Amino acid sequence: MSYGIVKEIEQEYMKKEVPAFKVGDTVDVATRIVEGDKERIQVFSGTVIMVKSSGINQTFTVRRIVNNEGVERIFPTHSPFIASITVKRSGQTRRAKLFYLRDRVGKATRLSEKKAKKIEVPSDTPVEAAK
Amino acid sequence: MTPALIGKKMGMTRVYDAKGTVVPVTVVQAGPCAITQIKTVDSDGYYAVQLGFGQAAPRHSTMPQIGHCAKAGVGPLRHFREIRLAAATDQTLGATVNVSLFSDVKFVDVIGVSKGKGFAGVMKRYHFGGQCASHGTERKHRSPGSIASRATWRGQCGKPKKGVRMAGHMGVDRVTTRNHSLVKIDAERNLMLIKGALPGANGAVVFIRKSITARIRPEAPVEAPKAEAKKK
Repeated sequence: MSYGIVKEIEQEYMKKEVPAFKVGDTVDVATRIVEGDKERIQVFSGTVIMVKSSGINQTFTVRRIVNNEGVERIFPTHSPFIASITVKRSGQTRRAKLFYLRDRVGKATRLSEKKAKKIEVPSDTPVEAAK
Repeated sequence: MTPALIGKKMGMTRVYDAKGTVVPVTVVQAGPCAITQIKTVDSDGYYAVQLGFGQAAPRHSTMPQIGHCAKAGVGPLRHFREIRLAAATDQTLGATVNVSLFSDVKFVDVIGVSKGKGFAGVMKRYHFGGQCASHGTERKHRSPGSIASRATWRGQCGKPKKGVRMAGHMGVDRVTTRNHSLVKIDAERNLMLIKGALPGANGAVVFIRKSITARIRPEAPVEAPKAEAKKK
């Protein structure tokens, strides 16, 4: 049992705008790295293979191949250390968790590009008929 | 007055602090509490104030409860708590106190009633190791093992010692958890964000006071500016 007031507090700590990304997307995640009193931005780019939980607890896992070695990083979506998330490419997937990519090597790790959904509704169609 | 309030546990979440690190917090609806009684050396032999919290329906209250609260000019309240003081307080009877009492408090202690666990075995209740999973162990995997022998009382009798830890009822105990960092105070909504988990279920009544044991680390020594060091 949780109270609405807890959700309100979470709202205060959540980012107002989070770019829409989905499992299968290729993203660039810019993270702030603080070294002493200097701050720089490092970009980690790869495929989103998992989005877990929701609200302030949401995290996502990005997988990429570095020197023939799979590297996965888990980012909390609402962390202040994440400067930006940029979607480079949207992949077509049929499942919510892409753990099967871990068993794949080379070209097999690619995902086919998602086709933009085309919805064509003639302008003279009555609303009831569309249902 | 010593910072202390009665509150209601609302649930846990996580927040980000100024550095950007995650802090697990419990949200507590703390107060506002009414001062329902003031005790002094003259009247009771010691100094104390009594806090009341939470409206109670009059039909569920007894006449003594209603009368006690009426002296302070408040409706019947549900939860009461006395706070011992070293000296007379400047608070008046019937005044309300809220989270602003804690405005310069860094650490708090929280007292509550833990969740009931029912009749629990020794592994859960006292963290016993249990017995082997195999090596011929049958139906005794979570049992406590030996509780006494004939020699326990120097051979006088074959009874276990008093206080031997065994299975039994666990939970619903008064629990004090100490030195919680007080992350944030929201005076408008009477909320406190307290770091870590607190005893009891969500909705349970907890008592929050300024920590009496916390050793607050002194601020990090400020390094002298380099220009001054050169002059010397």
